[in-house]
Amino acid sequence: MAATIPHAGRPVDRRGILIELGGTALVVFALTISLVGFHIKDISGGITLDLRIVDVVSAVAIALVVRGWMILMRHGYYRVVTISAGAVAAILVVSLLFGGAGVQFYMPFKAKLLQWLLAILSTGFAIGAALRMARDGRTAVAEDDGAASDKQVALMDRVGAQVQRNALWIGGFLFAAAACFPFMPGVNLQYLDIGVLVLTYIMLGWGLNIVVGLAGLLDLGYVAFYAVGAYSFALFASPDSPLLQELGLTEGISFWLCLPFAGLMAALAGVALGFPVLRLRGDYLAIVTLGFGEMIRVTLLNFYSLTKGPDGISKIPPPSLLGYSTESKMDEETLENTTEFHTAMGWEFDQADTTVLLYFVILAMALATNFFTVRIRKLPVGRAWEALREDEIACRSLGINPTNTKLTAFGLGAMFGGFAGSFFATRQTFVSPESFTFIESAVILAIVVLGGFGSQIGVVVAAFLLIGLPEIFRELQEYRMLFFGGSMVLIMLWRPAGLLAHREPTIRMHRRKARGGRAEAGGAA
Amino acid sequence: MYHVAYFLDQLINGVTLGAIYGLVAIGYTMVYGIIGMINFAHGEIFMIGTFVSLIVFLLLGLAGGVWLPLAILIVLLAAMLFTAIYGWTLERVAYRRLRASPRLAALITAIGMSIFLQNYVQLLQGARNKPLPPQITGGVEVVNTSNRAGEAYAVSLSYLQMLIIVLTIVLMVVFTVLITRTALGRAQRACEQDRGMAALLGINVDRTISLTFVIGASLAAVAGLIFMLRYGATDFFVGFLTGLKAFTAAVLGGIGSLPGAMLGGLLIGLIEVFFAGYFNLEYKDVATFTVLVLVLIFRPTGLLGKPDIEKV
Repeated sequence: MAATIPHAGRPVDRRGILIELGGTALVVFALTISLVGFHIKDISGGITLDLRIVDVVSAVAIALVVRGWMILMRHGYYRVVTISAGAVAAILVVSLLFGGAGVQFYMPFKAKLLQWLLAILSTGFAIGAALRMARDGRTAVAEDDGAASDKQVALMDRVGAQVQRNALWIGGFLFAAAACFPFMPGVNLQYLDIGVLVLTYIMLGWGLNIVVGLAGLLDLGYVAFYAVGAYSFALFASPDSPLLQELGLTEGISFWLCLPFAGLMAALAGVALGFPVLRLRGDYLAIVTLGFGEMIRVTLLNFYSLTKGPDGISKIPPPSLLGYSTESKMDEETLENTTEFHTAMGWEFDQADTTVLLYFVILAMALATNFFTVRIRKLPVGRAWEALREDEIACRSLGINPTNTKLTAFGLGAMFGGFAGSFFATRQTFVSPESFTFIESAVILAIVVLGGFGSQIGVVVAAFLLIGLPEIFRELQEYRMLFFGGSMVLIMLWRPAGLLAHREPTIRMHRRKARGGRAEAGGAA
Repeated sequence: MYHVAYFLDQLINGVTLGAIYGLVAIGYTMVYGIIGMINFAHGEIFMIGTFVSLIVFLLLGLAGGVWLPLAILIVLLAAMLFTAIYGWTLERVAYRRLRASPRLAALITAIGMSIFLQNYVQLLQGARNKPLPPQITGGVEVVNTSNRAGEAYAVSLSYLQMLIIVLTIVLMVVFTVLITRTALGRAQRACEQDRGMAALLGINVDRTISLTFVIGASLAAVAGLIFMLRYGATDFFVGFLTGLKAFTAAVLGGIGSLPGAMLGGLLIGLIEVFFAGYFNLEYKDVATFTVLVLVLIFRPTGLLGKPDIEKV
């Protein structure tokens, strides 16, 4: 790294700065000229190229400006950055909010989203520089970037520790909020659906947390168990399923009967996969599980006589309630002798009621997962998982059988994936291999890792961030996965151990020592 | 005679597919060797290589007829250059700061980068399949026989396949010389053994790691060009499965071992093509991953890998 000059006014290495700016411009130009600069356009009978030179130029210009701000910040010219970044942000925001069609000519990008992104970025720079300016005025002590970011890290560490200490209260509050959510004013079917989705991912995250967070096994194919659960339910419950037709049954088995079975099947799949591969080291295991996930998907896609391949299995019934069906009798194939819940209670059938029921079902399932995880951490096997995660060799020398211990974690994690899978099937009323791609595994793993390994509340926070927010901003659909990937990278760069990571041993033999280290080491110069 | 011909046909196809996997696998194995992480986004670098090749081909086509060997050379160099810059940026932006972090953090970042790059290309170039008309046609007939139904069945080694094989061999030789004979190769091997010690001895570790990514990305770009010429189409998702199989190849050959990566690539290509040719086309990916699982169970260090001794 170049020598940092904390104060303005000292001689500045002009040549170095020019090289830095030139390098940035060159790299951004080279990155954008190929894929951004030329658009491969379909024309009748072939393809041709479309030149998009304006986008390349604006990308280079913006990269230069941003890099310039970064250099100015590093050299302590906070006022310049505050004023220029503030001006850019103000112009962009005002024209985006109030400008008509005429402002388009000075806007750097065609897409509105990118303009907003630039506006947010420059606002960030302006605020950051202003804060530094204020702090410099107050303390007159210059700090370099490293100390500031260390302080931030310490702040998030403290937040993580606080969250863990007050987990009971936060959990209780979250539970109360979740339980009241469907009855709150202003909650419509759309929000309820998002709630169900977020809860499904929370449950999956908690299930995977057993494998990744507690036992420290990296599983990139968790979606396989989700798929096994979904298909075991679909095959036994849907009148559409080839299995039921083969057996000559017209009515499927109820959700509640199938649920334990689906979990069992998924757990068996987990044990069957885990048995040969759990001897492998961390990242090998990751790739093998990834391969396993793909194998299950390919098999589901091609085993047409059982799974109907890409057509999928439809007509999966919703869960029954106290022995009553919760469907409306729109379907002639529904048998005559079933009584619907709404008829029994004398209500009108309302689609929202089914969603509310689904909401509470998944809430209960997720809470059961959480309760199970929290309790099993205190059992010998749970302690063995955590010990194994920390040091496998030490565990082995203490007589813990690593393979069996890992296998239990793998199987139990898979079981919860299977439960969530059958819930997914009953909620969608349709399953097909398309729902079980690698990206699902990546999303679930990202929820666990971004939340902070092993942190139950971290999973909730990450599920809201990664699933809830993009669902609410549905209109930005095409950018959704781009942001998803980008935020995964940024959060990891910022907090490599996860957002709310704060690892404390479940039990402690000695009194806690004063925590030294980072916060002090990176203090004021 | 038909059986031999069919076998020969599959063999040629398998070797050309294996060349692609092998070239991509080298990128995985080098990065794993030097910083111990699985560069999950390497498949996406390959995908970018296919796109850059396609764009340069189209540009040359628009510029008027260029003598074909010259055109291929220009595309090759351009694809290597622009893809290498993506590889360099990837390391600089996403991985450099995470070198001291737990392995899992680096892997998650790599997955994030992979998702990001896929969607970046999809947004910029559209989700539709992009075709490239065949550039190199013709070939030499090797065997001419008739199949069971009595129809003529000719096995030919096309000029394209010859080019692929020659290109791969040349690259392998250049690459081996680079690693074993040059200062860069020595620095690279030193960093692989002990980064801290290498730094103390005056090796610029950051630059060596960057160059590793650059070399890996340019080999992936060559694989991308071969893929474009051989299969004639690309889209934003081709990197995922290719990357996965190339990684499988790297593990099969022994991760960290460069000849192993090439051997593994060749074997994976052959297994895939023969399984598809003789058993079942749909389950060829299942076959590949089964091989991966079997190798890891019975020979966790791969075919040519060194045993990994864990010290306390």
